[in-house]
Amino acid sequence: MRKFIIRRLLQSIIILFFVAFIIYALMRCLPTSFIEAMARQKSMQPNSKSYEEWMQQLTAMYNMDGGILIGFIRWLGNVIRLDFGDSWRWTIPVTEKFKEVIGLSFIMGVISFFFELIIAIPLGIIAATKQYSKTDYAVSIIALAGISLPTFFFASLLKLVFSVKLGWFELGGVVSRDYPQLDAFGQFLDRANHLVLPIVTLVVISMGSLMRYTRTNMLEVLNADYIRTARAKGLSERKVIYHHAFRNTLIPIVTIVGGSLPGLFSGALITETLFSLPGIGFISYVSEVSGDIPFTMFYLVFLAVLTLLGNLIADILYAVVDPRVRIS
Amino acid sequence: MSNEVKTAPENNEQYSLNDDRRVKVLSPGMLVAKRFIRNRLAVTGLIILILMFAFSFIGGIVSPYKQDQKFYRTDIQTKDYAGIIKNDEYRYLVADEAFTGPVQAQSLLASMKGESEFEYRDVKYSVETVNDGLYNVYLGGKLLGTATKKIVSSSTSNEQFPFDFQYNALMAEAEGKNSFTDGAGKTYTIDEDGIVFDGETEAAYVSEYIVRAVMGDIFLSRDFKNQLIDAVEAGQTEFVFKGEDGVEAEYRLKYDAAAKAWDVKQEIDTTVFDTYSAPTKQHWLGTDRNGMDMLTRLMYGGRVSLIIGFIVVFIETIIGVVLGGISGYFGGWIDNLIMRIVDIFYCIPSLPIIIIIGAAMDAANVDPKIRMLYLMLILGILGWAGVARLVRGQILSLREQEFMTATEACGINVPRRIFKHLIPNVIPQLIVYMTMGLGSTIILEATLSFLGLGVRFPFASWGNIINDVNDVFVLTHYWFVWIPAGVLLLLTVLAFNIVGDGLRDAFDPKMKR
Repeated sequence: MRKFIIRRLLQSIIILFFVAFIIYALMRCLPTSFIEAMARQKSMQPNSKSYEEWMQQLTAMYNMDGGILIGFIRWLGNVIRLDFGDSWRWTIPVTEKFKEVIGLSFIMGVISFFFELIIAIPLGIIAATKQYSKTDYAVSIIALAGISLPTFFFASLLKLVFSVKLGWFELGGVVSRDYPQLDAFGQFLDRANHLVLPIVTLVVISMGSLMRYTRTNMLEVLNADYIRTARAKGLSERKVIYHHAFRNTLIPIVTIVGGSLPGLFSGALITETLFSLPGIGFISYVSEVSGDIPFTMFYLVFLAVLTLLGNLIADILYAVVDPRVRIS
Repeated sequence: MSNEVKTAPENNEQYSLNDDRRVKVLSPGMLVAKRFIRNRLAVTGLIILILMFAFSFIGGIVSPYKQDQKFYRTDIQTKDYAGIIKNDEYRYLVADEAFTGPVQAQSLLASMKGESEFEYRDVKYSVETVNDGLYNVYLGGKLLGTATKKIVSSSTSNEQFPFDFQYNALMAEAEGKNSFTDGAGKTYTIDEDGIVFDGETEAAYVSEYIVRAVMGDIFLSRDFKNQLIDAVEAGQTEFVFKGEDGVEAEYRLKYDAAAKAWDVKQEIDTTVFDTYSAPTKQHWLGTDRNGMDMLTRLMYGGRVSLIIGFIVVFIETIIGVVLGGISGYFGGWIDNLIMRIVDIFYCIPSLPIIIIIGAAMDAANVDPKIRMLYLMLILGILGWAGVARLVRGQILSLREQEFMTATEACGINVPRRIFKHLIPNVIPQLIVYMTMGLGSTIILEATLSFLGLGVRFPFASWGNIINDVNDVFVLTHYWFVWIPAGVLLLLTVLAFNIVGDGLRDAFDPKMKR
């Protein structure tokens, strides 16, 4: 087991290295950059140096002189010392900006993940136990609709119905205008009110796949021999499903749920942008669009780490949860 | 042939047991089709898809409008045009600088009392009242200035006449003469309406109404003023006037009691883009931000969305099948290398990467058509890893089977073995994967277009049609701009997923109803 983990970790590091290099090369190859835009803007000002001079000075200032390879090695050297540099767009250290915004995304992620679990798993199991019934069709359609819903369309619909027509929730933002005047409980309620629609969006969009996954696995378990044995033994259907079948369905579910835990930190780009919530998704979007290389590099490598970590956790959990599986 | 069909049922019992005509032979493909058709949900999905294709590809031909045809409507634009005041206060025309403000005020008092002389700061002035709207002020026999309720205005421009001209015109008008000479000795004629002629042409007019244009650059013609004054005197609230340029416009008069003036508003029919107009018979779903027919845009948008989806999935599949096939068949270091590349591509966060490239294309002003090509290429290159994994996994298990040993024994060459014997066995899974992939690609493309980083104007895509919803006013007031596009998008993706699901069930012989 330890050997397996060490090998996977080493493999992950190599993958990360290449991923980082590809992203870095891509960002440097783009036809226009943050520095060029800045130099153009600076050279427009009255009594300013020419565009070329500014370009030279800024490139040196941002450590972007030298080729892609030199730049990447320089970046990598700093990253190994855990120095991700200063964000160009936000003009503070990248990690500081990250700390500032990750909280909101994480809270949203955790809450929606919780709701996703308590909605998707029971529905998936019910659908599987009543295969080809009306309930099953309904659940299947809900799940497929959740997968098929474009986030931006669903979020806009929610906004129209619940913010504009009914006026229950705010259109966007984190706090209302009168936030400072509220007492502590009121402030909490105000924040919660702003998070309702984004979380509903996230839950509906993401619960479909888990629901289908649960249903498929439950169906597989229900066809297994030991379930037939349990039924033959004369156990009640309740006991068969919730005692024997459900526990075995948990194996793949725990694996996939564990694997998606790192994803809680990745932020929700579209949802955060639509509801103007300053989470990591929205901030990274702004950074990407403005060509902020340090922040984008940090965020994309961070996402790659989360993916690799998720896969590793899933693999380890698979072996831990299911005693029949031995990994070598 | 037709004979056989007719006779077959009658002679049914005469066929021997293993006769081909007794048993209905179904190919595996037909079995799959049969299983698929039995799945009602999947068939519904297929019907939706067929309708979507018809809507997008045939609709564009049937529609009477073009994708980027703009529509116009005439709109009544009301703007403040002029103001008119009936002057009942004296205005002072100054001939000499000694006719200062206080002197003007004193002269008014004297004139009101009917006195012919007044004194201000030990200087004596004399007042000569011509009629109740005009009097002159003298200092020691020298004309200082005139106070008048009537105004002399030019008929051709906004210019002010010199004092001599105004004075003489006013005097002539007040005394009922029909001609006068100005300071330069030029003779003008004046009629009973107060219109001053320079020879035959009209030069100026004397009137108690002051008409001024709201905008400095507009010159109000004499005809317009006359008609306006007539309207005011007749108590009308609106009139129509045809300007020199032949444009007929309607004018509305409104009396402002506080300012004792009439505001004149001009109403002109102007042609504007027919933006965000509600659904009508001509435009079943109204028009969009640029005044284009929404329904036609949706049709062409569907075309773009579907074509992009297909091409992207096609690129993904080609790369994925080739690399996955090679990797699975050869194994060893090739497999290891290709799988590590797959790992790397799996790890690259695709949405941020596409956003970065999209933003860069924005900055570089890439032509919308080429941009669409780039978009498809990028989506395809970033998405092949999943296909490669799927193909490799299948081939790994297939290549150990007996039929592969047989191909080896027959001496069939390697590419043929891979692409003729292994890949066809992966096709069922591949078709399911591609169908589902089409759905997610269409969503991804729509999301990018929604962010303004995918398909760009003038091309329509369902995503960039919904983009308008970023404007809160559109969100709340113009449902027909974004809801139909969203519904079409949802239906299409849902249909692709349902059909993919149905195909998976149909391809899997273990699945029984």
